Amino acid sequence: MPFTNEQLERYSRHIILKEVGIKGQKKLLNAKVLIIGAGGLGAPAALYLAAAGVGTIGIADADEVDLSNLQRQVIHTTADLGKAKVKSAAETMTAINPDVKVNTYRTFVTSQNIMNLIAGYDFILDGTDNFPAKFLINDACVMAKKPFSHAGIIRFRGQLMTYVPGQGPCYRCVFKNPPPKDAVPTCKQAGVIGAMGGVIGSLQAMEAIKYIIGQGKLLTGRLLTYDALKMEFHTIKLPRDEHCAVCSAYPTITKLIDYEQAECDMKK
Amino acid sequence: MMILTVAGKKKNYPERLTLSALIEQEAVENPDYVTVTINDAFVERGDFAQTILKDGDTVEFLYFMGGGTV
Repeated sequence: MPFTNEQLERYSRHIILKEVGIKGQKKLLNAKVLIIGAGGLGAPAALYLAAAGVGTIGIADADEVDLSNLQRQVIHTTADLGKAKVKSAAETMTAINPDVKVNTYRTFVTSQNIMNLIAGYDFILDGTDNFPAKFLINDACVMAKKPFSHAGIIRFRGQLMTYVPGQGPCYRCVFKNPPPKDAVPTCKQAGVIGAMGGVIGSLQAMEAIKYIIGQGKLLTGRLLTYDALKMEFHTIKLPRDEHCAVCSAYPTITKLIDYEQAECDMKK
Repeated sequence: MMILTVAGKKKNYPERLTLSALIEQEAVENPDYVTVTINDAFVERGDFAQTILKDGDTVEFLYFMGGGTV
């Protein structure tokens, strides 16, 4: 379908880029991205992906908007308090860009539902806060051969990496297994500066967009870390683990695992 | 003395430093859960104490980081 005049104007700053153009913008409009977690990372990612004209955006989250979320989860407003996060996020995305079809999933991701959730999407964005979910998303994406962006944020630091099937290590190559409960602090325990979600979530959106338009170098085989206090970005080369339990030629994990959630991560 | 690149920064270190000693010296957070690469290769946790660093080695620490929703 040809672009309408309104779309030509809306996406003009994209279309003028040689790396995007009409072709790239069409790819964005035809793309389907699933965001798991409508929180600190998912909120800014969702805003930029909707504004960019990613045609179908899925958003999965079981929570409601809480006052303590608003310091960083910029897709929700004070008027949304108590509302399902997926509903609040969908309303904001649609208000920004009516071109976008938003699918909402008001649920936690589990081994039971994740394969169905990710099946219809081209790229997955992990915006979850806890390690059981991060490992589950990794394993499911490896098994379903779906590319995804992993990220984590805490205090004044953040990091992200991108997995593309067959093109580099997965999250489990690097981190093996979830840490025991409460061994590693969560944002709720340790705090996080609100703008960190904006920095790292926007970088995740950038990876999704680059993947969709097929331009540039993704963070495959690299972990990008950001230290806001030192104001330093650093890239760490990541090898593949030839014995990785999930992405190697002979995986020992062939079924999805629901790791126990740390109590502090459970629904308040 | 020898020169190592640790977390992207070149610095002088005493010769025959073990990876375990470096982790302590660098005050690595949650050392029981850190992933380490030397010259872009993973080091098994069980080998940290026996791994002796060499002049010119590049060492990176990879940390668990949650965060996002809630």
